[in-house]
Amino acid sequence: METVPPIVKFTSLQKRYGVGPVILDAINLTVAPHDFISFIGPSGCGKSTILKLVSGLSPGSTGELTVMGVKPREARDRQAFIFQDATLLPWLTAQLNVELPLRLRGRPEAERQTIARKMLELVGLAKVADYYPRQLSGGMKMRVSIARALTLAPQLLLLDEPFGALDEMTRNRLNEELLAVRAVAPFTALFVTHSVSEAVFLSNRIVVMAANPGSLHAEVAIDFPYPRRPELRGHPDFQAKVNEVTRLLHEVEIPPSS
Amino acid sequence: MKKSFSVSTWLLPAVSGLIFIGLWYSVRVVSGLQSWILPTPGEIMAAAVHEHTRLLAAAGHTALGALGGFLLAAILGFFTSLLLGLSKSLRASLYPWLLMLQMTPVIVLTPIIMLWAGPGMPGIITITWLISYFPIVANLTQGLLSTDMNHVALFRMCNANRWQEVLLLRVPAALPYYLAGLRIAATLAPIGAIFGEYMVGNASGGTGGLGFLVYSYNTQIKIPALFATALTSCLLGFVFVAAVAWLNWALLHKWHDSFERADH
Repeated sequence: METVPPIVKFTSLQKRYGVGPVILDAINLTVAPHDFISFIGPSGCGKSTILKLVSGLSPGSTGELTVMGVKPREARDRQAFIFQDATLLPWLTAQLNVELPLRLRGRPEAERQTIARKMLELVGLAKVADYYPRQLSGGMKMRVSIARALTLAPQLLLLDEPFGALDEMTRNRLNEELLAVRAVAPFTALFVTHSVSEAVFLSNRIVVMAANPGSLHAEVAIDFPYPRRPELRGHPDFQAKVNEVTRLLHEVEIPPSS
Repeated sequence: MKKSFSVSTWLLPAVSGLIFIGLWYSVRVVSGLQSWILPTPGEIMAAAVHEHTRLLAAAGHTALGALGGFLLAAILGFFTSLLLGLSKSLRASLYPWLLMLQMTPVIVLTPIIMLWAGPGMPGIITITWLISYFPIVANLTQGLLSTDMNHVALFRMCNANRWQEVLLLRVPAALPYYLAGLRIAATLAPIGAIFGEYMVGNASGGTGGLGFLVYSYNTQIKIPALFATALTSCLLGFVFVAAVAWLNWALLHKWHDSFERADH
């Protein structure tokens, strides 16, 4: 295990905007291949900023961050970002939305179509390939967004509260589907969420963050083996992990000395 | 549901129109005004039939000028907006002057246009362009600046270059804004052309536009024909607006929220 290079490595990273307040401080974290790490914490703890740093959409201030051994921006070809809302282009059909990353890289049309079709099948949406986004439900839009992120077979997937706007039943189903997709097309995942049970169900590691400034408070290992079945949610061990993470969240949510 | 829709869209305007025409006739009868001051709708229709060759030729002439100016405004407006929407410094340096051009009444510029472009079609097209250019630029520039920041981030994540971002994201996202600008321009273009014909038009080869007819009928005190010219101008305006409304539908109805969701 010692020889496997990390997918992401934060070394004493700090992030602030100009001379403004420190957003993230003293971040030290090593992400191993095939980790599924969830970041959870009070709002303003900078969990989304972590993803922006890794994607290179936002630069770090001091300290070091490498993604697959190189600077974040240089690793963009091997990572994909799934946003809070599905961010589909409304003037393109589901199929053409999934093709977009390939199109932007100048891949030939036949190849684009084949890959996009396959990805839509993977998320169970082959039948609505020719629908426009406004004809799709929230859950379907998010599935298209996942399919789009997977077209380039990324090694690292960044997910910023992707299921936050969905109802709980849809969210649970998409959690299961995300793990199923991951079994077919393996990727390392950094996942930001507000839902403890979602984090426990998906991840092998949960990072609880604190705010003011944003920092890593505690880490919880979730050792349930993959593939995980929906029944896992009813298991007492699952509930114990949910309780443990919830307790850690309470620690950081108590306002300091006020 | 469908029935009340057609009642409100066809029957109600028809009834109010008939009431209006009835009032018109009674005003004429009660006031005892003469035909050359207030012609009846019937007299106007008779004049329209009598003058139909001149009216149609003039309408064709005006349509040409309006279309020329409109297309010029649509094309130049598109490229101007690209410059303004994509470069902050160009926007800062050019927008105040565009606004100034818009604030200057066209009537003041007309003698200058006549001096530079000459009378006839070039002058008319220039005036039409001037009057329909700004709404297109204002709308499309706004549209190019309103791109969803998450979409921009998505393109950046895919290592899209600047051109891809403009052509595949910013321009299509701004399309509804462009069409809104074109719709305003379509209502203005025939007005611009008629005004231009009135001011700088001439009847080359015996044909002038509707603006020239206004001048001509007015000096001949052919008042019913003048009303018929107004009616023709109105119809021409409708044709322009309908054409852009069709374009708007063709480009947006499948995906844009301004159209009703298609059922499956």
